[in-house]
Amino acid sequence: MMVVYALYGVAALLALAPIAIVLGAAPRTQGPVLGVATSVVYGASLIVTLSLCIIALLSLFEYSQSPSLVTLPLGLPWIGAHFRIDALAAFFLVVVNLGGAAASLFALGYGRHEHSPLRVLPFYPAYLAAMNLVVMADDAFSFLVSWEFMSLTSWALVVARHQVRENLRAGYIYLLMASFGTLALLLSFGLLAGPDGHYAFDAMRASHPPAALAALVLLLVLVGAGSKAGVVPLHAWLPLAHPAAPSHVSALMSGVMTKVAVYGFVRIVFDLLGPPDWWWSMVVLGVGGITAVMGVLYALMEHDLKRLLAYHTVENIGIIFIGLGLALAFKAHGMPLAAALALTAGLFHVFNHSVFKSLLFFGAGSVLNATGTRDMEHLGGLIHRMPQTAFVFLVGCVAISALPPLNGFVSEWLTFQAILLSPQLPSWGLKFMVPAVGALLALSAALAAACFVKAFGVSFLGRARTPAAARATETDSNSLAAMYFLAALCLVAGILPGFIIDALAPVTKSLVGFSMPHQAGVEWLSIVPIAESRSSYNGLLVFVFVVLSGSIAAFAIHRLASDKLRRAPAWDCGYPDSSSATQYTASSFAQPIRRVYGTSVFHAREIGEMPPPGATAPARLKVELRDLIWIAAYAPVAAAIDYAAEKLNVLQFLTIRRYLSLVFTALVLLLLVLAIWP
Amino acid sequence: MRGITFDVAHMLAGSLVLVSFMQLYQDRLYALLNIFALHALILAASVAWQAFIQDAPHLYLTAMIALVFKAIVIPVALHRIIVKLGIHREIETAVGVGPAMLLGMGLVALSMVVMLRVTAEADPLAREDLAFALSVVLLGLLMMVTRRNAVSQVIGFMSLENGLVLAATGAKGMPLVVEISVAFSVLIAFIVIGIFLFRIRERFDTVDLQALDRFRGERR
Amino acid sequence: MALIRELAFQGAQMLVVLLLAPLLTGFVRKVKARLLRRQGPPLLQPYLDLIRLTRKDVVLANNASWLFRAIPYIVFAGTWVAVSLVPTFRSGLVFSWSADLIAIIALLGSARFFLALAGLDVGTSFGGIGSSREVMIASLAEPAMLMIVFTLALVAGSTQLSTMAAFMVSPEVGLRVSLGLALIALLMVAIAENARIPIDNPATHLELTMVHEAMVLEYSGRHLALIELSAALKLLLYISLVGCLFTPWGIAGPDASVQAIAAGAVLYLAKLAAGGFLLALFETAIAKMRVFRVPAFLGAALMLGLLATLLLFVSRSL
Repeated sequence: MMVVYALYGVAALLALAPIAIVLGAAPRTQGPVLGVATSVVYGASLIVTLSLCIIALLSLFEYSQSPSLVTLPLGLPWIGAHFRIDALAAFFLVVVNLGGAAASLFALGYGRHEHSPLRVLPFYPAYLAAMNLVVMADDAFSFLVSWEFMSLTSWALVVARHQVRENLRAGYIYLLMASFGTLALLLSFGLLAGPDGHYAFDAMRASHPPAALAALVLLLVLVGAGSKAGVVPLHAWLPLAHPAAPSHVSALMSGVMTKVAVYGFVRIVFDLLGPPDWWWSMVVLGVGGITAVMGVLYALMEHDLKRLLAYHTVENIGIIFIGLGLALAFKAHGMPLAAALALTAGLFHVFNHSVFKSLLFFGAGSVLNATGTRDMEHLGGLIHRMPQTAFVFLVGCVAISALPPLNGFVSEWLTFQAILLSPQLPSWGLKFMVPAVGALLALSAALAAACFVKAFGVSFLGRARTPAAARATETDSNSLAAMYFLAALCLVAGILPGFIIDALAPVTKSLVGFSMPHQAGVEWLSIVPIAESRSSYNGLLVFVFVVLSGSIAAFAIHRLASDKLRRAPAWDCGYPDSSSATQYTASSFAQPIRRVYGTSVFHAREIGEMPPPGATAPARLKVELRDLIWIAAYAPVAAAIDYAAEKLNVLQFLTIRRYLSLVFTALVLLLLVLAIWP
Repeated sequence: MRGITFDVAHMLAGSLVLVSFMQLYQDRLYALLNIFALHALILAASVAWQAFIQDAPHLYLTAMIALVFKAIVIPVALHRIIVKLGIHREIETAVGVGPAMLLGMGLVALSMVVMLRVTAEADPLAREDLAFALSVVLLGLLMMVTRRNAVSQVIGFMSLENGLVLAATGAKGMPLVVEISVAFSVLIAFIVIGIFLFRIRERFDTVDLQALDRFRGERR
Repeated sequence: MALIRELAFQGAQMLVVLLLAPLLTGFVRKVKARLLRRQGPPLLQPYLDLIRLTRKDVVLANNASWLFRAIPYIVFAGTWVAVSLVPTFRSGLVFSWSADLIAIIALLGSARFFLALAGLDVGTSFGGIGSSREVMIASLAEPAMLMIVFTLALVAGSTQLSTMAAFMVSPEVGLRVSLGLALIALLMVAIAENARIPIDNPATHLELTMVHEAMVLEYSGRHLALIELSAALKLLLYISLVGCLFTPWGIAGPDASVQAIAAGAVLYLAKLAAGGFLLALFETAIAKMRVFRVPAFLGAALMLGLLATLLLFVSRSL
């Protein structure tokens, strides 16, 4: 029954698109009407996504035992469109609609600043609907159609600001990569369906393909879903496309759509593909580890606030894939309890990342609105001008840097606990690989903290670097409400993680046949993955302790010693008050890290130009970075296509007779193949 | 097999691997020589311990050889060569210290996987010694590959040989004759290389092997 | 009743570490001075410094934000909570299970995160230089620390410090080369984390090579007192950690007698003194590194940690 209600919600979202067009298009030039359209669309999206979220929560807690199914007479004639909500789908529906609701609330305020709302409003609800449909789809056909629909609507949102050339390029690359990914998924579903063409997921679940075929499917899914999620080296489009969209859409793309891609991966690999082989996990783990570290290294080199966040999405996807890879490894070796722990860690991170990444993108959007720039080198001192935005952004930064007591730490802690179970794995390769991946995970966590010190410190702290930053004003109350809501979620999920772990229990039970021990009953609300003598963590107590001891210290010092305070110019070792240009910039902040890691990873070079004495030219320091992945993987492909196009160009200038003969030869060749085919 | 005998042998062999890593980390020649002496010292201790637990007195002789020649004579001699030739005391690396250590990690992991797989049936102590010994050999080779300076290549070669000795003593039953001949061959190799160093230096004023490459018209 | 007793122990631990930390710092300074044949400041000088600082007015830069004023309290609270969860003279404290070793490391990471932000808040270049170097060092030290935790946790089968300490005194632990590697790596990380020579010099001001002192340059009065107290607590934490993991003898169990606890306390003091003495000796004997030698140093610690984990499999599989 739940799935029917959910489909009503989706239908409502889809109906919003034409309403948006009608409302917006009727009297072309009038501002108030557009304002109404904005409020109507985002308000309605908020209501619908909230109700979808409630439906999903209900199905996760109440009805997870029996998945709810429906078949609609749509799509391919003799198949119909199957939809289904089981525990996994319900969990991802929560993620999608929570993100959607927050984005809609944020957009109620933020969307008013949109230059051309008609390019955003109709696609926004359709995009939300598409993501819901992907998660609910229960046959390959509706899955792929929804997937493509999701890609296309998001593409339309990416190129909404089409006046900027970069956005068009981003949209183009995104479209190419999305089609490529869908192609891979199409092939994988084709292989799963087998020669008889069972396109319903039920049939795929029942039939297990032979090992070689299953391996091929795994690789195709890794390419197809991975390219959407932003796995290195298929991430190239992500940092271009995500920042190009309006900020609430960026939040959806980074926070939610990548999760839908993760859903696709989990659905196919854990659910449809049958028992895993031992080496699959090595592929997934390797990809995850490299993605995590590369993503954060790219982010450290970036000065564009939104692109930095987009690269962090890449990093977090890596962390999620590490969790999934561990789960695969344990599942393949018949250790369901450990597999449940690892899968819980991965899915917990899915939830966490959707929350704090949306929050951070909202913050970046507010900053963009207030100052008109995304370049961190032009910001600074915003904590004075936008104190509330600064506070919630700080919460997001702490959460994504995996620092206690917020939520990012909990999922990484669970991942580490899963890694610590790896010596029990029988296979030698995994035994050595998992600690190495653990080192990569630790490295990426530490680098992420460094990167967010940079992001927050350079944009919000210090002094304003430009007049635009000095004139910034606090954002509107709707946007702030959305951000406060997400910040509160970060804290709650961080100090009461047991409830989320329990909510994930039906999901892991259905996928690996086991779930983590029940957490809600543990005393003091701590979480205990395996046994208390082994490891436990209590975010609530840590939070209370930190708050208590901080306040006690403050109280005692203010009471017993001194509470006087005097303002004066900054000391700065006695240098006189200097221009704000002497502050550390984002690139100078990252310079030590660039020297440590960048020389090998990016072939980073610093070129100093010192004009001769007496010349009036300024001295310059240039930094050259080379994106080796782009050079190695994308440039050759582009060059090959260019070359082929050049060569095939002659085909455009043939006579009719020659065209006909081409068609004829093709026909004969095909017939020949048919004749020879055994 | 558990117990103090195993633990000490394990500790010594593991330390040998560690010292190999320390060699990779050094960027000064004198420090490298000292570390190499330490390497030989630990080898001697390890061999002596093996002699004790296997009750094989001839291994004491091997330990003595390692101690006298490798831990004392050769480092001192190399030290004097460096002084005499006025060799630049910084080691020039072809691959940086960080990547070299990363590669070393990979090699250690590789040798563990290979050795532990192949010798599944053998005595645990021998298995472990073999795994460590292969790591030491590979690390020695890595050192020879990643360092430009001829002296550090000599040291890489000799720590490689230390790995071989470790393998041989752990495997129980390498005859004394073989050991002595190995030791002498190393000594002779050392002398030959030493003479070469003098010759190279006479001709090119440097012991940087790149100079030789340039002379032969090879790359760079 | 039992709960009250346990709470009393927890409170006692928190007070003890708070009171001992400046003494340890003073002791290290004294030993260093004596090794250099100087008289050195009195042992209790850090206490006097702290009291003097708390009594003074805070001189705050015009541009400093609310965050800048909150950070000393956050840093102090994070460090204090972290150190009060490390077993010192008695293990199995009532709240010790609320954070395992990974969480303790992460708590220190939180403190560092905020301190680095404080360096950027006033908008001077000295603060920036300190913060950027601090995060560079942390980006290597934290993974190294986690690899050490991995090794120890795999040996002891737990990341819970009390359990680990109990395991380390048990006869099954034996002589492990992995443990040796982990100890060396832990010492290297501890030196880096506490901004000691050769990574950083706690005694300098206005040197281009400084890290920690540059970050906190703009702090004064009670804020500076809290930051210095946190630094002292952190030093105490690392020495206690080494003591609890590698020399866990004498730490009283959860249901030990009064005598055992007293003995544990005496032994703990002895361990602290030994750790402080060795640190002072080491610092006197070595010269400070260039900043860009630090990555190689910490990279080596990371490698040692990883090597320790790998070698563990060898001894485990036999």
